[in-house]
Amino acid sequence: MHLSSGITLLYLLAAVLFIVGLHQLSSPRHARSGNLAAALGMGIAFVATIFVLHHSGFNLLLMSIAILIGLPVGAIAARSVKMTAMPQMVASFNGVGGGAAALVALIEFMRVPAGTSASLVLSISVVFAVVIGAVSFAGSAIAFTKLQEMMRGTPITYPGQQPVNGVVAAAIVVMGVLIVVTHIGVAALWVLLVLALVLGVAFVLPIGGADMPVVISLLNAFTGLAVAGDGFVVGNPVLIVGGTLVGASGSFLTKMMSDAMGRSLNNLLFGAFGKVLVSPDAVGAAQRSVRSGTAEDIGTLLAYSQRVIIVPGYGLAVAQAQHAVRDLADALEKRGVTVDYAIHPVAGRMPGHMNVLLAEANVPYEQLKDMDEINDYFKSADVALVVGANDVVNPAARNSPGSPIYGMPILNADEAKNVIFMKRSMRPGFAGIDNELLYDPKTTMLFGDAKDSLIKLVAAVKAA
Amino acid sequence: MNAQLVNEISIFVLAVFLGFEVISKVPTILHTPLMSGSNAIHGVILVGAMVIMATAHGAVQDVVGFLAVVLATINVVGGYVVTDRMLEMFKSRNPRGQKQP
Repeated sequence: MHLSSGITLLYLLAAVLFIVGLHQLSSPRHARSGNLAAALGMGIAFVATIFVLHHSGFNLLLMSIAILIGLPVGAIAARSVKMTAMPQMVASFNGVGGGAAALVALIEFMRVPAGTSASLVLSISVVFAVVIGAVSFAGSAIAFTKLQEMMRGTPITYPGQQPVNGVVAAAIVVMGVLIVVTHIGVAALWVLLVLALVLGVAFVLPIGGADMPVVISLLNAFTGLAVAGDGFVVGNPVLIVGGTLVGASGSFLTKMMSDAMGRSLNNLLFGAFGKVLVSPDAVGAAQRSVRSGTAEDIGTLLAYSQRVIIVPGYGLAVAQAQHAVRDLADALEKRGVTVDYAIHPVAGRMPGHMNVLLAEANVPYEQLKDMDEINDYFKSADVALVVGANDVVNPAARNSPGSPIYGMPILNADEAKNVIFMKRSMRPGFAGIDNELLYDPKTTMLFGDAKDSLIKLVAAVKAA
Repeated sequence: MNAQLVNEISIFVLAVFLGFEVISKVPTILHTPLMSGSNAIHGVILVGAMVIMATAHGAVQDVVGFLAVVLATINVVGGYVVTDRMLEMFKSRNPRGQKQP
């Protein structure tokens, strides 16, 4: 593809805006303008592209219709999605991008005239973009269905899973090499596409729901790389820059996220393979008793505390209780109680997810404390109020080497003088494992919808 | 190797380093918006989809290209809008707190 110098410069401008945008997205003050800068870059790339299109009336009409379909779908989905469903929304936008990347490479390969062979660079980039794009598409679809709870969130394993996935991966490699070396044509590429879709599904199935954010981040990086591959396929520099930036920064972000969970990426992605997840503790635990209290008792306890640390989790988000928890914090502060929020790096379902939700309820930044910042203060806290969280305060991560979450850094809620758990039921957390802390003598359960319970607590605190 | 390929490889290698450098200091609270924002940036595949679609020949290419443009458009538009919605919440730091005595 030959580009005039004017178009190339416009693409350069777009690339610069992507870089500036990504950079600004790393600071809370400039993040929003960073996103706008990146969007402006995209607008420029879009307009520049209109000028390089070979004009063919019918195709341009089709293209316009396609854009006019995609535009409202994307905008409406993004506008209407609840903040709690954000992770699966990102997964689906990532998936469609990966799908588009695979299809672009597929078409370009169809254009190689029959009887001639594609250049080495073209076939390698096509195979790369098709495989990575399709894995990202299918993997994101599974991540979406797991997070949306259309499918069991726990790892799905079966005997021989690892060998089966190995065979699929090997078949992809063989097929890819055949396509590059022997020029066996487009039919083989379709087969490759299907194999890659199968691998994408098989790759994400055994990964537990709690690890899904890291997987989405990884697939996000994959899509970036597939897009970069397409840049080589169609010979377009802005695709190479945009895709590679996302591929590199996305890989880095993925590593930061798995570090935050205290696990190697390898363990997280392949940990469930070949492991039979029967937890003997969980069976015995069902018969054990827990202590539950009334909102009045707990409200009084809170009102006469010096220091309360709130540990918000996904359950808080599900109950839309961000505003209620803020009201409780206000009521306690009015009585002179020190209130902080302890934010686990993976609270909610994505790093930073809980901060977004609490910001929505106008909780002041200063009260949101990182795990490292707050963990030493649990000792001096009178009450750790755990609202809809579970895995992030599960001591099994510290003391039970057999546990799937062993090694994950947790909030030291168990060190507080009293622990209040607000939960809907005794159901285990997202990782599907039982929590010893629930049975601890200093723990009191407050069952019910988090929002209703919080409203009752606010009334109880005010009455105390 | 022709000159264009050499250029493309140079761009690619430099972009790898830039990608690592540019986000090295991100606070945890911005991980989700950052992921979402970079997710929108790979929507630049729309450019590739448009180029391919404009020169599609025959029904199969038309259909596949059409699908690619639809998917890429959703990626771009949805990605930016959803990121903006997340970041909108960080706009005002403490509007309710200031009203309190």
